[in-house]
Amino acid sequence: MNWKIVFAIANKDLYEARQNKSVWLPIMIVPLFFILVLPLAMILTLSNPELASSMTSDPDIIKVMEKLPDFLSQIIAGLDLTQASLVLMLGYLFAPFFLILPIMFSTVIASESFAGEKERKTIEALLYSPATDTELFLGKVLSAFIPAVVITWISFLAYTIVLNAAAYPIMGRLWFPLVNWYPLIFWVSPALSMLGIGATVLISSKVQTFMGAYQSSASLVLVVIALLVGQITGVLYLSPLIGILLGFVIWIADGILSWLAVKSFNRDKLLMSEK
Amino acid sequence: MINSSAIEIESLTHRFGEHEALHEVSYSVKQGEIFALLGPNGAGKTTTIRLLNGLYKPTSGTIRIFGENPTQNGVEIRRQTGVLTETNALYERLSARQNLRFFGTLASMPSDELDSRIEEMLKFFNLTARADEKVGTFSKGMKQRLALARAMLSRPRILFLDEPTSSLDPESTQQVHELIQSIREQDGHTVFLCTHRLEEAEKLADRVAVLNTGKLLALGSLQELVKKYNPGLTVEIHFLQTEENELSLDNIHGITNLENNGNSITFTAKDESVVPVVVQELVRKQIPIISVQPKKVSLEQIYFELQENARRGAK
Repeated sequence: MNWKIVFAIANKDLYEARQNKSVWLPIMIVPLFFILVLPLAMILTLSNPELASSMTSDPDIIKVMEKLPDFLSQIIAGLDLTQASLVLMLGYLFAPFFLILPIMFSTVIASESFAGEKERKTIEALLYSPATDTELFLGKVLSAFIPAVVITWISFLAYTIVLNAAAYPIMGRLWFPLVNWYPLIFWVSPALSMLGIGATVLISSKVQTFMGAYQSSASLVLVVIALLVGQITGVLYLSPLIGILLGFVIWIADGILSWLAVKSFNRDKLLMSEK
Repeated sequence: MINSSAIEIESLTHRFGEHEALHEVSYSVKQGEIFALLGPNGAGKTTTIRLLNGLYKPTSGTIRIFGENPTQNGVEIRRQTGVLTETNALYERLSARQNLRFFGTLASMPSDELDSRIEEMLKFFNLTARADEKVGTFSKGMKQRLALARAMLSRPRILFLDEPTSSLDPESTQQVHELIQSIREQDGHTVFLCTHRLEEAEKLADRVAVLNTGKLLALGSLQELVKKYNPGLTVEIHFLQTEENELSLDNIHGITNLENNGNSITFTAKDESVVPVVVQELVRKQIPIISVQPKKVSLEQIYFELQENARRGAK
């Protein structure tokens, strides 16, 4: 394995992705929505006593509050209803939303890297190079995995800063991140990034365009929506332990998907699917 | 120096499902020669290049590139080959220099050697002035020159050129032809040229192979093909307008395809000895001859004859 070749491919793909508006626009805009718009709207709502009381008296919210897992009950113990609502909304229920980011980042970059190269008919020159199939595959995977994970972490850092700063008048202290976020960000997010890449590689072997690959693989967001629904309905609480277990399940799925993706990624099949 | 084989192909067959792209093809290409693979679209030319570079595994038959099997040693083979693909396959969002640097890195060229080679290639292909501009802004001719530079960057021992001028205007085509000739003269590369442009093969190639629907129809130098497939010697005789409308040469053996065009006749003679007999006959008939010209048989004539025969054979 020649790592210089692997990183040359990853660098080239990232450079190309940066030049494609369809790639970097969602990468810029979606996190802004999650990091700024949503939390600030929530904090502003809770800062208004009238709106806050209508929200905190919502029967659904009250129901969720009653069923909170132990780790969360401990966190909100001693907080008033507004503070507890804020912690619950932005510190707990909002967590699965955040998991959309690594999936979106990885699928959009991988779609550009795998299907985009086919769409622009540049893949043939790459296949005539002396790089091995493994080096090509790994280079392309890294071009999506590294930025997806890094941008997710940067978004998490920005979210932490925004939340603590904007909610300081309500909370009166630095309170975020909560313990349940660590496994989600540092264990589940990389696993989801890999899941997005594996799915994109497989889809890219069937479709001819960047958009086609991105739209199909982005349906993985359904996994996150399932988590969200699970949390709200009280079926699944994303406690730190559940986060770790969830990560394990996704990493296993990654292993299976990657195995299938590696099988689909060879010169013969790539050229056949290019037609 | 043209001596030992760069490429050896024996009984090569390749199928895509039910479709047979190549059927029992055998030939070899000598080191240092320009070899042209001729055929219409779908003849199996691009498939051949992919097989020779180890991108496909052949259904049956053997391939040797400098004695190595590309299916087993694809990486090693591709280190020794450069390919100009039918579409230029350049990264349009990257500059010319970035394109070359990327492919040089994939070929594991040491960075100091790569730097000087990139400059050399940019200069050779007259691209230095726009080396740092995005390839997307280049004309077709410039892109083709850059794609050639990419193919030659790592000093490959065999250069594969797949339809190198198919999308170019006559000026750029001329330029690419000159470059191909100078590439061989400068570096002694073996050039494997796939084309459906007959004049291109005629102009550049030492030997040609004619393919049709995956079958090898003919192989050899133009002279060899003329000798082997020439239907006869075509002769054109011009004379001053004659009163005699029906010019009959029926009494002369060895003439076919006689055409009378008023002040000239064209015919196919079985060999050179027939020509003086025809001239004597015309003189005897008091026809004032102006010129007698044997017509050069072009690769085009042979090619279409072969393709026509193949079509008739397929029916």
